[in-house]
Amino acid sequence: MPDRTAQLIACHDCDLLQRDIQLNPGCYASCPRCGAVLYRNATDSVDRTLAYTLAAAMVFLGANVFPIFSIEVQGDRSAITLFEAVLSLWDQEMRTISLLVFLTAMVAPAVELLSLTYLLLPLKLGKVPPSYPLFMRVLQFIEPWCMVEVLMLGVLVSLVKLTNNFRVIPGMALWSFAVLTLLLAAAAASFNARDVWAQLDAAWQGQGEP
Amino acid sequence: MTSPVPIAAARGLCSCHVCQFVSRRAQGAQVAHCPRCGARLHFRKPGSVQRCWALVIASYILYIPANALVMMETGSLISYRKDTIVSGVVHLWKTGSWMIAVIVFIASVAIPLLKLFSLTLLLISVQRRSTWNPRQRTRLYRLVEAVGRWSMLDIYVVTLLAALVQLGSMATVKAGPAAVAFGAVVVLTMFATMEFDPRLIWDPLQKEEFHD
Repeated sequence: MPDRTAQLIACHDCDLLQRDIQLNPGCYASCPRCGAVLYRNATDSVDRTLAYTLAAAMVFLGANVFPIFSIEVQGDRSAITLFEAVLSLWDQEMRTISLLVFLTAMVAPAVELLSLTYLLLPLKLGKVPPSYPLFMRVLQFIEPWCMVEVLMLGVLVSLVKLTNNFRVIPGMALWSFAVLTLLLAAAAASFNARDVWAQLDAAWQGQGEP
Repeated sequence: MTSPVPIAAARGLCSCHVCQFVSRRAQGAQVAHCPRCGARLHFRKPGSVQRCWALVIASYILYIPANALVMMETGSLISYRKDTIVSGVVHLWKTGSWMIAVIVFIASVAIPLLKLFSLTLLLISVQRRSTWNPRQRTRLYRLVEAVGRWSMLDIYVVTLLAALVQLGSMATVKAGPAAVAFGAVVVLTMFATMEFDPRLIWDPLQKEEFHD
């Protein structure tokens, strides 16, 4: 008996069993019972996600190297990068907060971008990255903790708060974070886990390994 | 045995929580793994309601110091303030930054409360096996899942201000103990949201019960 479960999909929100159908590009399938989005047919999913990811990785470096903003007090200028902010809070004995910011604003985006590159770059070149299920899992786990867009809003709120008392000069990283927010959103919108799984599986079987 | 609506678990089919692959699994069988990605298979997230309750109750408890204690201390030559989350919002409103006040209010007051109350409502309704409006309750769950992360806003603001103004000699900003409690509330409610299994909302519509 052929494996009929292969074309089946169970809604992740209500467990309704449905058949997977071919979608037109740009369309998405939603569950008739609870309305959850089941899967999408994103155009050139792998190509676009990879492009956005690589661009985001470069901007991410810039966002971490350059200062976010600087303030001027009586001619004294002090600038700060994200990592310096994390370190400064660590020194102020606010270690939990420092760690939380470090993990959600620096580690999580880095892991997300690295996993995406690790998975998609070989796939694009027709190869299969070793132990890809592990990295797909890492990606799924890390996604909710990557909070670049929240950090971006936090930067803007701090900026407004600081302008009440100081002369504030926006730094390079401020713009980098703004661009990074857009690129990460674009990558997330074009990434299609279901397709990537299917393509990785096909490539894996194509190699003739178990 | 088969319900009128095709439910995966009722037909012995299990959807992998990592790769969404649907595979056959016998009810009550020992540990099973996804044939595609090797993740452990569960019909429903194990211990979902208990774990979610534990995390929600812990968040309620931590929510008290998060609001009662000082979130941020700001000092300069002429003034010195200690602000809790709410008084910080009020201060922003009074000093004319009403736009920022609204943003901070939504992120630090409205969203954490929305998360806690919604999860409590969902947990109680699931435990009572309520069949009331499952579509709306699923929608509520998705909303909680989507907006939860935005409460981290205040943590980032405090971090940036405390780090930056520390360097200036004229003024100081310090993060208060409430920041730790508030950070914990955000993280715990995010974990609680992940632990909750929205499929439990729909299970009372069937006669069978599914576990694990």
